[in-house]
Order: sequence, then structure tokens, then C-alpha cells
Amino acid sequence: MVKFKKLATVALTATVGAMFGATMQPQTAQAAPKAGGTLVWVSSQVPRHFNPAVQSGVATMAPGAQLFGFLVRADENWNIHPYLAESWTVSDDGLTVAFKLRKGAKFHDGQEITSADVAFSVATQQANHPFKTSLGAVERVETPDPMTAVFKLKQPHPALLLALSTALAPIIPKHVYGDGQDVKKHPRNVKDLVGSGPFLLKEYKKAQHVIMLKNPNFNSSDGPYLDRIIIKIIRDASARVIAMEKKEAQIFPYMVDSKDIRRLSKSKHIKITDKGYAAIGPVTWLAFNTKDGPTADVRVRQAIAYAIDRNFIINALHGGLSKPATGPIAPGSPFYNGDVETYDFDLDKAKALLDEAGLKPGSDGMRFKLEVDHIPAVPEQQKAIAEYLRPALKKVGIAVRVRNAPDFPTWAKRISGHQFQASMDIVFNWGDPVIGVHRTYLCNNIKKGVIWSNTQQYCNPKVDSILEMAGKETDMAKRVNLYGEFQRIVADDLPLYWINIMPQRTAYHMDLGNPPTSVWGVISPMDQTYWKKQPK
Amino acid sequence: MQFLNSIGQRVLFGLVLLLAVLVLNFTLIHMAPGDPADVIAGEMGGATEEMMASIRKAYGLDRPFHEQLFSYVGKVFQGDLGYSYYFDQPVTELIFERLSATLLLVLTSLFLAIFLGTFLGVFASQNPNGMLSHFVTLLALLGYSLPVFWTGIMLLILLAAPPVDLFPIAGMYDVTKDGGTFDYILDVLHHLILPVVTLSTIYLAFYSRLSRASMLDVLGADYIRTARAKGLSERVVVYKHALRNGVLPVVTFAGLQFSQLFSGAVLVETVFSWPGLGTLAFDSIGRRDTPMLLGILFFSALIVIVANILTDISYRLIDPRIKTGMKT
Repeated sequence: MVKFKKLATVALTATVGAMFGATMQPQTAQAAPKAGGTLVWVSSQVPRHFNPAVQSGVATMAPGAQLFGFLVRADENWNIHPYLAESWTVSDDGLTVAFKLRKGAKFHDGQEITSADVAFSVATQQANHPFKTSLGAVERVETPDPMTAVFKLKQPHPALLLALSTALAPIIPKHVYGDGQDVKKHPRNVKDLVGSGPFLLKEYKKAQHVIMLKNPNFNSSDGPYLDRIIIKIIRDASARVIAMEKKEAQIFPYMVDSKDIRRLSKSKHIKITDKGYAAIGPVTWLAFNTKDGPTADVRVRQAIAYAIDRNFIINALHGGLSKPATGPIAPGSPFYNGDVETYDFDLDKAKALLDEAGLKPGSDGMRFKLEVDHIPAVPEQQKAIAEYLRPALKKVGIAVRVRNAPDFPTWAKRISGHQFQASMDIVFNWGDPVIGVHRTYLCNNIKKGVIWSNTQQYCNPKVDSILEMAGKETDMAKRVNLYGEFQRIVADDLPLYWINIMPQRTAYHMDLGNPPTSVWGVISPMDQTYWKKQPK
Repeated sequence: MQFLNSIGQRVLFGLVLLLAVLVLNFTLIHMAPGDPADVIAGEMGGATEEMMASIRKAYGLDRPFHEQLFSYVGKVFQGDLGYSYYFDQPVTELIFERLSATLLLVLTSLFLAIFLGTFLGVFASQNPNGMLSHFVTLLALLGYSLPVFWTGIMLLILLAAPPVDLFPIAGMYDVTKDGGTFDYILDVLHHLILPVVTLSTIYLAFYSRLSRASMLDVLGADYIRTARAKGLSERVVVYKHALRNGVLPVVTFAGLQFSQLFSGAVLVETVFSWPGLGTLAFDSIGRRDTPMLLGILFFSALIVIVANILTDISYRLIDPRIKTGMKT
């Protein structure tokens, strides 16, 4: 018999307080929330479908988080709270985590949510979701009784609860998706969707909108409050901003363009928050090909870093809205270590390093040519920086040529095929380093043809062993140390130069109560969101 | 009989053209770097080798090019346009979901442009050096030189944004409004105004110039002088005698330009989030959704070819000389 003790004493997520006694409400409202009203939310993306167990990406995960419930949920301080599970216990060795499901929790078709559904959901996610590390440590889910789901782990998984706290791990009905069809292509990912979350799927018109209605049988004394959430798909960037200005829409998450953010901040009825993105951790970086060409020499990579004026990028190109990144882990994470080499702007150092690397200036003053790629999206974070590199690196004798790509797959093919010298990129942390950070630095994740694997082809066995340890270490302090060490090493090896954290903002109507500000933002449930006063 | 023969020839020619469209487009899309597996991996924010391989296998992308091409063309000729890689839904179903929106936009714009344009052109031709004529020339120059997306965004900013705020910003109707069919129709018309104005600007300019020039030409003809000499009123001369000949080039171009209207619709639909085929086609390129894109291209080629055949027929109906010519 495995001895259990309460999770709170096993510091799985160190910043977590007494989570066992925590209530259903992660965000404490000042006044009692009022029920009713419609919230119109603008988005640019057309979702493929709404089943986040088999599809990643915000387009699916944001509505998916409203339609499906998870075992647990996170608040804005990384604390984990009960959701479809009312409590859980972890064994001493960290290899067994048992969840007690909430009684009376039902799917949208009225069937009870049981441990068999939990086991099925985990298996489906493991078989189909690209983030293999998020539930990779789970060997199986046992179902001793309908209300108890016991996770058996191959090795301790420090980020298990965090991975279960968002649309990365929705609870989906076995009696619908277990019919033998391929879940990725299941027709009920779109039509007659049976979810487990606070909202029901009413209508999806592909290029137009998603309509979600309040789930009246959600069996919670606290929410959902909104009658209706409508995701309006508006393709044009300025049209999205105008829709907010004229109150045709009342919430606009994932704003990244500094001009749009500044413009909306001038509207009196609009508030803007940077909360809701801590877990995403989107890092804008310049990736180097560490195997081929001049960037194979670490001194060249360091020289390029020294020649880039990060402050100019942040203040001039991003209007002061982005934050500096100093390493692979975003500053919002508890594992962030800022005490590393940060390559502050220094042209002399850059030139000296290039000289040292034997790259002397030619008759035209140029040492070598460097081709820089960028993702053909989010221009402020990509193309603008790539263009800036041309004059910036010219000062140290590097002739930059910006290679544009007409669309995403073209760029992805070049980078994943390792056919590049340097490229701008944006990669997400996805909550815990084990989910979103390891993949970029592990020797065994150099996978040609797979985008956002270790396309830099960087390999340092020491980094591998640290990450392996940190990936199964459940002692928070030890993990912090391991990741601290990891960040120091990669900052010296510099397989990529981390420039800034992409400024993500949510603009919302000032009368909206409890906007989505948990670490997962709109990819966590909005059952607490309500209208303090209905607009119009 | 010969009329039917000639139509039959045209239909046959149309079929060959469709086959060429299929093969050419298929080849072109395959030459583009990257495939749906890359796109799906990009959307997912990451992927594994196994996942990429399984996507490629599921969509038959691991087979040699000629095999994929033959299997695709074969299926199309059995009436099967395949499944969209992105939505995992039949392409035909997805096209029909969007077709009505595009047709509404394109046809309304086309009719508006033709009627208003012709009318302006005819009007201007009666007094070639008058104010109106110069105004039409200016309008034509402006309308023709403004890029569609720019006109669209300007109209949005000027007329749909506060403080003017006369029109909705995006989409085809307001989902938050409840009401009857009549309210719905009014709402759609309200949403339709800016996209139609944007799309028809170019063509309005074009048709007004075309009909002005053509009318000027016709009005100088001998038979018009005869008509005037007979003492017919100017109105009868212009609208009854001259116009019938004057609009011939307009009809020809209306048929030819139908295809360009479709491509214009891609831009207008994008600016106004109009849920039509244009945006679907545009997105499908970025998604490397080959069956979807080929389906749309096939479909629009079909519509254009049909439109051309219809133009041919109507041309014969308007101009009796063509019919008589065939009888001899």
C-alpha cells in the first residue's frame, strides 16, 4: 500500500499555498458576480475544431477551455485549484497521484463524468497531442471506482498539475469519442459537441463566429455567469481594433501589435491588462545554425548578440511594450534566472570576438554574409527585428540579407530542414519548462523536418543531463537550482539569442468583471467572468 | 443547329480547359515549399516526427507525385473533390457553405457596376465635354487606380469607425441581434454596402469609361445621323438606336471580367471578413490545403467558363448580325 500525503506538503509547484483546502474560485471577486449578458470576443483565427485533446493552438484551446473542463485549474499566481476533481493526493515517491472527481459533474448530454472518461482523455491526449512531454510521464490511469482516477507515473512529473490545469488536458467523453473513429478527425469535434465545461457549443460558422451558451447544468454554485460568449472572427487587424472601439466586441485577447495596443489604450471604456499570459511565455529570439556556416562558432554568435541593441528593439520597435528576455525561460516563470550573461550592447566586444574567430574585414569592411529568416507573421516581433539587424550588424562588418518567406509553411520548411543560417522565431514556454523549453535544447530532439524541435542542432551533454534531472525533480528548490544552472550554460553557449518577451495583452470593456487573468488567460475557463453592468 | 453546334464546341473546349486547370494547379501547389504537416505542426506549436509522418500518410502525401495527381484527377471526374486537409470535411460541402456569400457580393457588385457604369457612360457621352463627362473620367481614373484593399480599409476607418459609425465593421450579419427574416435581410444588406461599394468601384469606373467611349463611337455612326434626320427624339436615338450597339463591349467585358471579380473578392472579403470563397481560398494557400484550394479553383474556373459561354449566347441575342451571319 502506497502511503499518501496531502499534495500541499509535496511542493510540486512551489509557489502554491495550501491548495488542498482551496475553493472552486481561483479569482476572488470583490462583489458578488451578476448573471446574464453576452460577451463578444474578437479573434483573427479560424479554428479547425474544438477538441483540444488532439489539437493545440489558441484557436482551438480558447473555445476548448470553455467547452471542456479539466481536473484542476490555475489562478494568476500559479496556484492550482480543484475543478472537475475536488481533491487529490500524491504518494511519497511522487509516482502515484489520485484524483477524487467532483460528484454530480456531468457532460453536456447529461452523462456523469467518471474516472473512465479521465483515463480515456489522458490516453487520447497522449496518443494525439504534439506536446509529448506534458503527460509523457503518465504510464496509465487506473480507475478503482467511477469517482477515483489514479495516475501511475513512470517517473515523478513536477509539472503534472500545471499540465492538467489548461486546455492541454481537457476531459472528453469516452461514450462519444471512444467509438473507434480517429479522434483527430472525429465529426463531433465540431458538430453536436458534448463537452464537460461551463459553456455549450451552440453554433460554429467557420469564417464568422463561434456561439457558446451558458451550461445551466454545470453544477457549480459559482458560475458560469455569462449567458453567451460569441467569438467573432475578424480577419483585418484594424477592423478588430475598431470593433473594440465601437463596442461591437468587448474583449480582445492576444493583442501583440504595439500600435493597436496604444490605440485601444486611448479608448475610455477599454482597459488593457498584461495578465493572462504568464504561462504561455512567448519568447522572441534569433536562432542560429550551430552546425553550419560562421554561426557554428560560439564567438560569432556571441559577437552578434553584443552587436544587437536590445533596448532599441524594445523601445523603438516595440514602443516600450515588450520586456527583455535574457534566456530560455520567460521572466514570469518561477524558474526564471536573470543572473546570466545578458550580452548588453557592446560593439567593441563584438568586433574583438569576430577578430578572435578569424573573421577579418575584407576590402569593403565586411567580414561575412549572414542570411536571416523570419516568420511571415507578427511583423513587429519578426520582420522588423530582422530588418533592424541589417544596419545593426553592418556596424561590426556582418552583411545581413533578410530572406522573406511568402507564408508559414515556406519558412517552416527552411528552418526545420536546417536550411538556414539565422532566423527570427517566437517559441512558447507553455507553462513549465518541461513542456515548452526542453525541446529546443535537447540533443535527442534534433529532428530534421520538425519545426520547433532543436532546429539549431545545439548539443551539450551537460545540458541534457541537467534537463533530465529537472524534468523529474519534484523538490521545487532543487528544480529552481537545476534550471538556474541550465540558463547559465545556454546563455554562454548561445545557440540562440533571446531578445524579448512578446507583449501579449488583453483589451476588455471596463464593465467586465473577472476578466481572464489566470496564468493561462483565455485558455482557461471564463466561468467567473461577468458583466458588472451590461453595456448599452 | 449551327448555333447549338457552336455551343457544343464551346462546352467541349471548356471541359478540356478544366482538365488543364486541374493539372496545372495541382502541379503548382505541389511545387510550393512545405505541406499540410508543416502547417498543422505550426498551428500546434510543435510536433514530433511520428506525428508529421502520420499526417503525411493519412493524406497520402508520402506517395509519389504522379500517383497523387492521377488519383486526384480521377476522383474529380467522378465528382469527388476530396476532403479538406484542414477541416477534415468534404471540399464540396465547404464550398457550398461559402458560395452564397461570394455570389451575393460578386453579383451585386457586378450588376451595380454594369448598370450604374453604363448609365454614367451613356450620360457622359451625350455631352463629351460637359462637367459630368469630366467627372466620369476623373471617377474612372480614381476608381481604377485605387487598390481595392486600401479603398476598403479607408471606408472602414472613415465610415464604420467612431465618430461616424454608420456601418458594421465585419462579417455578413450581426449574430447578437435577434429578429425575424426581414430584420435579417436588412442586416445583411447593411453589412453588404461597404464591401459592394469597394468591389464595384473599380468596375464602375471601368464600365463608365467603356460605355462612354463605345457610345461616342456609335453616336457618330451614319445610322444615327439617319435616325436623327428622320426626326426621332434624342431620347429614342440614344436609348433605342445607339445603346443597343453601344453596350456590346460592356457585355463582352462583363463576361470576361467575371473571373477578375472573383480575384477582387479575395481582397474585399479579407478586409471586411466576408465569409465567402475568397477568404477560404486565401487561407487554404497558407494552410497548404491542396484539395480545398484545388476545389475552389476548379469551381471558379467552372463558373468563369459557364459565364463565358453565357456571354457568348447573350451576345448573339443582343446583336442579331451574329445570328444572321451564322445562317448564311
